Amino acid sequence: MADKALTPAENREEKRRLFEAQKTYGRGKAVQTRTIKNQKLKRNLKAVEDKVKDATLKAKDAEILLEHEAGFLEPEGELERTYKVRQDDIRENVGIETAKKGFELKLEDLGPYRADYSRNGRELLLAGRKGHVATMDWRNGRLGCELQLNETVRDAKWLHNNQFFAVAQKRNVYIYDHKGVELHCLNKHLEPLFLEFLPYHFLLASAQMSGFLKYTDTSTGQMVAELPTRLGSPTALAQNPYNAILHVGHQNGTVTLWSPNSQAPLVKALVHRGPVRSLAMDRQGRYMVSTGQDQKMNVWDIRMFREVHSYSCYQPGSSVAISDRGLTAVGWGTQVSVWRGLFDAAQADQGKVQSPYMAWGGDGQRIENMRWCPYEDVLGVTHDKGFASLLVPGAGEPNYDALEANPYENTHQRQEAEVHGLLNKLQPDMISLDPTFIGKLDTIRDQKNQEERQARDPDYKAPDPMEKIKNRGRGRNSALRKYLRKKGRSNVIDERRLKAEQLRKEHAARTKDKVQAEREALGPALGRFAKKEL
Amino acid sequence: MKIKALSRPTASQQAPGSSVVRQPRNLDPAQHPFERAREYTRALNAVKMERLFAAPYVGQMGDGHVDGVYSMAKDPNSLDHFASGSGDGVVKVWDFTTHKEIWNTQAHENMVKGVCWTPEQKLLSCASDKTVKLFDPYRSSSEAPPLATYLGQSPFTGVSHHRSLPAFAASSSQISIYDLSRPSSTPSQTLHWPTSVDTITSVAFNQTETSVLASTAMDRSVIMYDLRTSSPLSKLVLRLASNAVSWNPMEAFNFAVANEDHNVYIFDMRKMDRALNVLKDHVSAVMDVEFSPTGEELVTASYDRTVRLWDRAKGHSRDIYHTKRMQRVFSAKFTPDNKYILSGSDDGNIRLWRTNASDRSGVKSARQRAKLEYDQALVNRYSHMPEIRRIKRQRHVPKTIKKAAEIKRDELSAIKRREDNIRKHTKKTALSKKQHEREKMILTQEQ
Repeated sequence: MADKALTPAENREEKRRLFEAQKTYGRGKAVQTRTIKNQKLKRNLKAVEDKVKDATLKAKDAEILLEHEAGFLEPEGELERTYKVRQDDIRENVGIETAKKGFELKLEDLGPYRADYSRNGRELLLAGRKGHVATMDWRNGRLGCELQLNETVRDAKWLHNNQFFAVAQKRNVYIYDHKGVELHCLNKHLEPLFLEFLPYHFLLASAQMSGFLKYTDTSTGQMVAELPTRLGSPTALAQNPYNAILHVGHQNGTVTLWSPNSQAPLVKALVHRGPVRSLAMDRQGRYMVSTGQDQKMNVWDIRMFREVHSYSCYQPGSSVAISDRGLTAVGWGTQVSVWRGLFDAAQADQGKVQSPYMAWGGDGQRIENMRWCPYEDVLGVTHDKGFASLLVPGAGEPNYDALEANPYENTHQRQEAEVHGLLNKLQPDMISLDPTFIGKLDTIRDQKNQEERQARDPDYKAPDPMEKIKNRGRGRNSALRKYLRKKGRSNVIDERRLKAEQLRKEHAARTKDKVQAEREALGPALGRFAKKEL
Repeated sequence: MKIKALSRPTASQQAPGSSVVRQPRNLDPAQHPFERAREYTRALNAVKMERLFAAPYVGQMGDGHVDGVYSMAKDPNSLDHFASGSGDGVVKVWDFTTHKEIWNTQAHENMVKGVCWTPEQKLLSCASDKTVKLFDPYRSSSEAPPLATYLGQSPFTGVSHHRSLPAFAASSSQISIYDLSRPSSTPSQTLHWPTSVDTITSVAFNQTETSVLASTAMDRSVIMYDLRTSSPLSKLVLRLASNAVSWNPMEAFNFAVANEDHNVYIFDMRKMDRALNVLKDHVSAVMDVEFSPTGEELVTASYDRTVRLWDRAKGHSRDIYHTKRMQRVFSAKFTPDNKYILSGSDDGNIRLWRTNASDRSGVKSARQRAKLEYDQALVNRYSHMPEIRRIKRQRHVPKTIKKAAEIKRDELSAIKRREDNIRKHTKKTALSKKQHEREKMILTQEQ
């Protein structure tokens, strides 16, 4: 309190401003330069820290330039519930242009369908199980191409822009261009079930019926990795947009995490007590939401690998998707529920969210697949009777970054973005659980190298951990006694402790002998004055 | 129920009546995943582009000289003229922009060892024929006789003009100061260290602390003089002789000497018991050294047929320039705009190089400039990454130089190992203090 009174008001204001800025734009903890001894290093680090601080504040200040605000759905009275709001109500209450974004397509014969939006959300790709594939500019309602492939289609994905898409067909993965011309047949991807595309790495991944996960570089056509999951036919596949790790759901309820750099899964977690049905990760790679055959929807913290909440569904959730602003849509049976604030509740360690934000369905269409349209308040739902585009206020990111993904891009911008994307293509070996590892000191490898060097060196003797505690100090505060006295480790019995105990015993025995000898030397009368050593 | 769904008016991406498409930005880190990896990839591309565009050699000056070029001087009052002196006594004046010679004369009968411009844009040249001559290349024809001739006792080796006074110093066995304003052809003042007898090889006036001048001599000494007291100030004796001396134009008390032991030493004249920096990379004697006009960089010419560029604060060279036909390089100079480098070599050619090999002159758009600056910042930021460091440092070096560098490294490491072994197996009390690398070459220092 006294401290607060001492700091001038503007200083406090400055600090608050920095704190606010760091919440969104901060890049982790600052380096403490005060304790650094090396002056040159200190100066350099301080310059870097100042630059980062400046950038953070400026980024915060640049928020004034963001021109759009997110949508919302707010009850005005206590009795109103947002999940009671129907699509018709929303369509009546928003502008004509926005209302047009909610529509339904009746595609009853060739379904069920799977949907995918291109990265900027402008184009929609629909792929029916019985071989019907269509692309469209959904806002204008203009059909791009339409294909009848005459074989089973299991999944379809846009590649880096709206010029190419990949389709997982009965036997192989095929790549088509925007006109529907078949460009490539990836015959190494046998019997694919699910597709994922990593846009920054230009990697197309497919999960095969055999349990293999295969990565192909779409810019070079090279097969990058073939990973055996060894857990049978996968039931779900999703990518973590934060670190490009693929999450694969399996029949036995486990979810495995894969990067193309390791033949074994990076993480294996038991998420459900039954087959996993669907997976989704949030944009910042913090939470995973999964649905399983056990009629649960689980929210996992993927930084700590801990389940934070488990929600019940009345039927197994067939599909789950997380929007840019954290709305989670779950399709179960014929219903779609949209949840809001699942991750905030998990973060604040509160109880579960009590009721969904929005609901749709119940009209007898079995939900197959759902996708959020990027940068729009739109949820694309495919079911066995076609496709529905739902308006979900508050779902989409209002302010897009035109150099990242531009929903209004023209041809020239698209071409430019493609060239830049290819120039800045990330290498597959940069995929790791922590995407910021690049440029950091590799301490683990250094330690390993050191160990290997020691193993090769015949003269190397491992340092005895007892050496330190053996001969340091004497008397009551000898290192040995200090070690043995240490509280809080009474139930830890390791090699070090055993050795210390033994040393202590030897020491005690030696003292005892010494006293005995002295006592004998002093004779029976004076023996009692023999000095006991500490 | 309050309902609002996201809607963006078309005017927000393209203002009505305008053909310019807006590109709004959002700096939220959540919208820019993999920023570290992408930045690193960009840095990698940037450093590759830098090496891809590295073309240091611009061209040569006219047809050069018939004999080797042993001295050069740039006109301090002009951005595009400089003079060169050759082994056959010819002095030429050149124009940067056209790469043509604009004036030449058979100035001496012997090797021209030094040329220098006066503030009035007249040219001084000194040679082994014991004369210093004054020419007026801008206002006279090539056949015109010299304006003045100054005579000396012994062959001259270098000449340097005072910053403001009409006086110049010429070095031979002593330093002779001539007064240009007097008609006499004999020196007005002579300076020399009382005990030294050997030839002085180079002399340089400090252009900021104007009455101080430095010289290097065959007796391995580097001597400072002061004109005001007309006496030498201090003498430094190094292990081997130095060939050239250059003052830092920005930090007037610092100077660099090019030494025969392949190194360049940077000293602070106020504290000469220790070098400020030792620049090691050449594999043969360094013949010339010059600070850039910014005082941040140095260029050296070496007997190993290469020109190297250095950062003043780093120990190894930033870049190495060589061509197949370039022979022993005897002089190297920065152009006054710091953008180019001139080298004069034994083969009689004067070559023009870029200071930054991947730099291009020519008007750049603001975006292009911003991109280049951004690339530079990226490369600096990730310069500790092994791949980037490797690409940045990679240079094709002539086989002979590579081999010589290997041999030199081996031999130096052998010497070091031997010394270490001696230190390891000698009694502590009998050992002298280990000498620092920056003090090793100093034999004595006299005031």
